Amino acid sequence: MATTNVATQTGAGIATAGQPGEVQIKPLTMNFGPQHPAAHGVLRLVMEMDGEIVERADPHIGLLHRGTEKLIEYKTYTQATPYFDRLDYVSPMSMEHTWVLSVEKLLGITPPKRGQYIRVLYAELTRVLNHLLNLTTFALDVGAITPALWGFEEREKLMEFYERVSGARMHANYFRPGGVNLDLPAGLADDIFEYTERFPKFYSDLENLLSENRVFKQRTVDIGVVSAADALAWGFSGPMLRGSNVAWDLRKAQPYDSYEEFDFDIPVGLTGDCYARYLVRMEEMKQSISIMRQALDKLSKTPGPVKVNDRKVSPPSRGEMKRSMESLIHHFKLYTEGYHVPAGETYTATESPKGELGVYLVSDGTNRPYRCKIRPTGFSHLQAMDFMSKGHMLADAVAIIGSMDIVFGEIDR
Amino acid sequence: MSDEALKELGDYISGALGAAVVKTEVAYGELMVTLTREGALRGIQFLRDDSTTRCEMLADIAGVDYPSRPERFEVVYNLLSVKHNHRIRVKVTTDEDTPVPSVVSLYPVAGWFEREAWDLYGIFFADNPDLRRILTDYGFEGHPLRKDFPLTGYVELRYDEEQKRVVYEPVTLRQDFRTFDFLSPWEGMTDVQLPGDEKAVIPLGAPTPAAKR
Repeated sequence: MATTNVATQTGAGIATAGQPGEVQIKPLTMNFGPQHPAAHGVLRLVMEMDGEIVERADPHIGLLHRGTEKLIEYKTYTQATPYFDRLDYVSPMSMEHTWVLSVEKLLGITPPKRGQYIRVLYAELTRVLNHLLNLTTFALDVGAITPALWGFEEREKLMEFYERVSGARMHANYFRPGGVNLDLPAGLADDIFEYTERFPKFYSDLENLLSENRVFKQRTVDIGVVSAADALAWGFSGPMLRGSNVAWDLRKAQPYDSYEEFDFDIPVGLTGDCYARYLVRMEEMKQSISIMRQALDKLSKTPGPVKVNDRKVSPPSRGEMKRSMESLIHHFKLYTEGYHVPAGETYTATESPKGELGVYLVSDGTNRPYRCKIRPTGFSHLQAMDFMSKGHMLADAVAIIGSMDIVFGEIDR
Repeated sequence: MSDEALKELGDYISGALGAAVVKTEVAYGELMVTLTREGALRGIQFLRDDSTTRCEMLADIAGVDYPSRPERFEVVYNLLSVKHNHRIRVKVTTDEDTPVPSVVSLYPVAGWFEREAWDLYGIFFADNPDLRRILTDYGFEGHPLRKDFPLTGYVELRYDEEQKRVVYEPVTLRQDFRTFDFLSPWEGMTDVQLPGDEKAVIPLGAPTPAAKR
């Protein structure tokens, strides 16, 4: 029988078939990452390809696993907060938010209004921070470089607000059980307000670049379509769920930190494809800016403490410590022993920019958590990679990963 | 939801599932249902499909280790109903050898969560189609989140210049691993031998520092 000779690369897996002139191609196993720039960190994706069509995608994760949950079991509640900054390092304060809320729930304390508003302000600022990175690098993945350059400039301005309030650009450690660490420094509220006035200009520039961009739409429309039922079954949350036309937002459904006092809309995508998720995130940025303005307005009318006035939980101010022996003792106790959290367990979740970030916290009544399970958002999104990319081209897999908004700090923990 | 409403919901669930429910509890405004291992799959299916509970989403599966209990592991399922806006927490207990029924057939998202619980705790899930390790390294041994697994682990890796590859070696600590029991700042120092204190009199019957270590 005549066979066709095809020049093959080593391991390309091309075999000759029975019929003359017919070439049968065996599925090719391909590694995507962990050093691929479009893998958003350290994703190793093992793909079975039929030509350029993805037949199966098997994400291998854990390359950034640091054992955060184990480490938290060996730290006091205060010492555990910085670990949360390092989960999703693109939106640090939103990670802290879930943690402080879960500890507050077990302690049975509620922060004063001003503290809550500051947390809302910074949680929404973080949402803009996160979406800016995701949308612009998503555009970079599908071939547009300009948004990334512009977006990183805006992110830098926002991270300056992080720095001014906490001293750190990224790993802020600013939210504390019982409120926030310190009040806003003088002039910061005005500068943030001024920023919210400047932001729409940037927003419309970004929109002009992408929303009706022919190449961008060709790469994203009808790619990675997820139905509402699938999105729920695969545990999607945040923009991934809302992009599939499920109007679900924990800020509205299960409000925390006075979110019920704020007026904002929940954008919902109708098509469930990558483009819908892009549109949802764009609109969420707009809503976040509006919430930030409302928070600033409320802050200007709400003077007062920013953390609970309970010295058994929140440390005294520096000045107080210089004058009062009791304050000094409180400070010493809080920073060595920490506070004891009553035995109990809770699952607390917030709407982080990427979706539902939950903490399942078990306390045994000592000063350290007995168990702290972090429910990551990207974990369940990435798991759906197999069914989302099946039958798509390889380049579409990149677009799907981009629209998932995955960050390995929180997936691998 | 108010505590009364959650309590009613809990009573409804235990009424419908009968012997499969060990207990229901409401704490911190959250409902917790403990199921027997045999009744877990049926119970979770009920919570998903029943029109009153209707938990469409499995938010999370967490393992918890209580070494002192006869069945040391708890598997905690956090269910969320988008329709009714409530959460239900389901607990099942098990030990090292007894498998827990997998819920992959009910919630496809459970696949990775169960892999994670297997990886970190060694909880075995029956009928999970793909129970590989997920977070730890290829070829890792042990289950790191168990309470009897040391925080430092057993091996560390480095790049070996001669062999041109990453090699594993037993962990060597450059300084003692310091863990203080800060429950009381003074009593926390009991098992630390300070330099110069070697000759200090140890009370009769008290464990010597060497024996404790």
